[in-house]
Amino acid sequence: MTSTDTIAEAPTRQERISRLRESAHRIRHNALLMGEVQGQGYIGQALGVADILAVAYCDQLRFRPEDPEWVGRDRFLLSIGHYAIALYAALAEAGTIPVSELETYGSDESRLPMSGMASYTPGMEISGGSLGHGLTVAAGMALGLRRLGSESRIFNLLSDGELDEGSTWEAALECSSHELDNVTAIVDVNALQADGPTATVLRTEPVTDKWRAFGWHAVRVDGNDIGALVDAFDEAAAHRGSPSVIVCDTRIGRGVPLLENREKAHFMRVEEHEWQIARTQLEEGFTR
Amino acid sequence: MTSTVAPAVPAPAKKKLTTSAMIASFADPGQKTTPAPFGHALARLAEERPEIVGLSADLAKYTDMHIFREAHPERFFQMGMAEQALLGAAAGMAEVGLVPFASTYSVFATRRAYDFLCLDIAEPGLNVNVVGALPGLTTGYGPSHQATEDLAILRACPNLTVVDPCDAVDLEQAVPQLASHAGPTYLRLLRGAVPRVLDEYDYTFRLGKAAELRTGRDVVLISTGLMTMRALQAAERLEKDHVDVSVLHVPTIKPLDREAIIAAASGDRLVVTLENHTVVGGLAEAVAATLAFAGVGRRVVPIALPDEFLAAGALPTLHDRYGLSTGSIVDRVRTELTH
Repeated sequence: MTSTDTIAEAPTRQERISRLRESAHRIRHNALLMGEVQGQGYIGQALGVADILAVAYCDQLRFRPEDPEWVGRDRFLLSIGHYAIALYAALAEAGTIPVSELETYGSDESRLPMSGMASYTPGMEISGGSLGHGLTVAAGMALGLRRLGSESRIFNLLSDGELDEGSTWEAALECSSHELDNVTAIVDVNALQADGPTATVLRTEPVTDKWRAFGWHAVRVDGNDIGALVDAFDEAAAHRGSPSVIVCDTRIGRGVPLLENREKAHFMRVEEHEWQIARTQLEEGFTR
Repeated sequence: MTSTVAPAVPAPAKKKLTTSAMIASFADPGQKTTPAPFGHALARLAEERPEIVGLSADLAKYTDMHIFREAHPERFFQMGMAEQALLGAAAGMAEVGLVPFASTYSVFATRRAYDFLCLDIAEPGLNVNVVGALPGLTTGYGPSHQATEDLAILRACPNLTVVDPCDAVDLEQAVPQLASHAGPTYLRLLRGAVPRVLDEYDYTFRLGKAAELRTGRDVVLISTGLMTMRALQAAERLEKDHVDVSVLHVPTIKPLDREAIIAAASGDRLVVTLENHTVVGGLAEAVAATLAFAGVGRRVVPIALPDEFLAAGALPTLHDRYGLSTGSIVDRVRTELTH
């Protein structure tokens, strides 16, 4: 959990899952509101990774919401800058930024630009956007923190599209060569890239086997199954001797049938009247 | 028809072989040199500053980083032949409070990994010091290893401080100043047996500052990097012909010491720039722009590499061919003065 000094009885797995399900729901709800303000955005991806972000920010990461620069924090690196809409919602859920600020998303002078940038937003560790950078920076942070005797962990959320970038694999080799077990990569496999389905752009499967061949401890889970995610993150936290990767199969638009069933597009167009429908569908799905 | 036996052609005298090998020194025969001044300076600095770390991309031995590695093995990180990840990792180390020096060849740091240098290091303004070997024409190995346009690329990068040292003195004094500078830097490395020239002058390296190494009434040579060594040699030769030559050494290419350059070019002396870099986007154009932007209407004679991919060959041959040798500089200045 987020707080570093709470003394409480450890919650059961079922309690964790139940609480995280609510967090994920609020992340989705807030992401939809942010998307509506701009009338556009990478809302499909945001809905897809909401469960991953809920587990990361509300169950796994050690940080202090009131002190985002706390030196002992775990680092969460978002290399996919366009997923910022989802991360802002997660940072609000975590208490790092106020929920009321989310409506400024993408506006002039806002701390929440469309693409995630470290200098703008508390809790945003790196500037993403140019893909294939996050894991290289993660490797350096992990080496540096280990050298400094820190127990902090480094998480990098990357997309399956980023597996096209050679630098991702350069960094994968570095992490395994240096046995950086303080690194956990999370690959969002939504099977979609800018030019179409991942399988038709560059064939990256079998993804899990590739990471294993590069010396990583790899597990593959349904990235929209909170229970499976909790187990996978726990396993990564306990693993020693090599970096871990959690390959997450996610569904674009998850939680909103209108968007789940729409023809898949990297940049999903949502008509003005559809936002209300989307929010209603999200609520119906959650309470069902 | 008679058949005759052609007289045997006398064998030509065996020509001394030259080399296009990677390892080549631009030091003159018999010149005073210092071995691996960068590596030793970094290792010394690390004694006082525990946050200093070194990284390389499978080129520690060829960037004098091996000296640091031997002195501080626990603070050296081998990143493999992966320059993008080298610079990304250096950024990550700086993010957590270390002060990395990351070495590779200039061509790889600038051409291959520029996106990482730009976005992971320069944009956040991190104290990462990128060290590029074989800048300009310091190897006869051909375009794959000749970083003839690194200054042009990096001058356009915001936040970045760019240093082109002349010799071992410059390198030794620059290393601690680069580490102390809060932002990102790029150092054009001179490696191996590096000439030691500037200790003959009343000179101290000061980051961001140009230095007048000698005064002269007729010509001012505004030079950077190893070309300052050649400029000083050329000035001595021209002195014998009663040509009085000043040398302004500009080791920091960015930020440029504009005041010193405007002051140097404001009289009626012939203004010549000298750089181990293409004529596009380096010192010559920086000086020309500085003067034009300040309303100083002076012609600038650029001594620089041509806007071409260069040949392979022995360094002395190539420096002659492309106009960087001391003899070529003397000839060029004489020609310009008679016009």
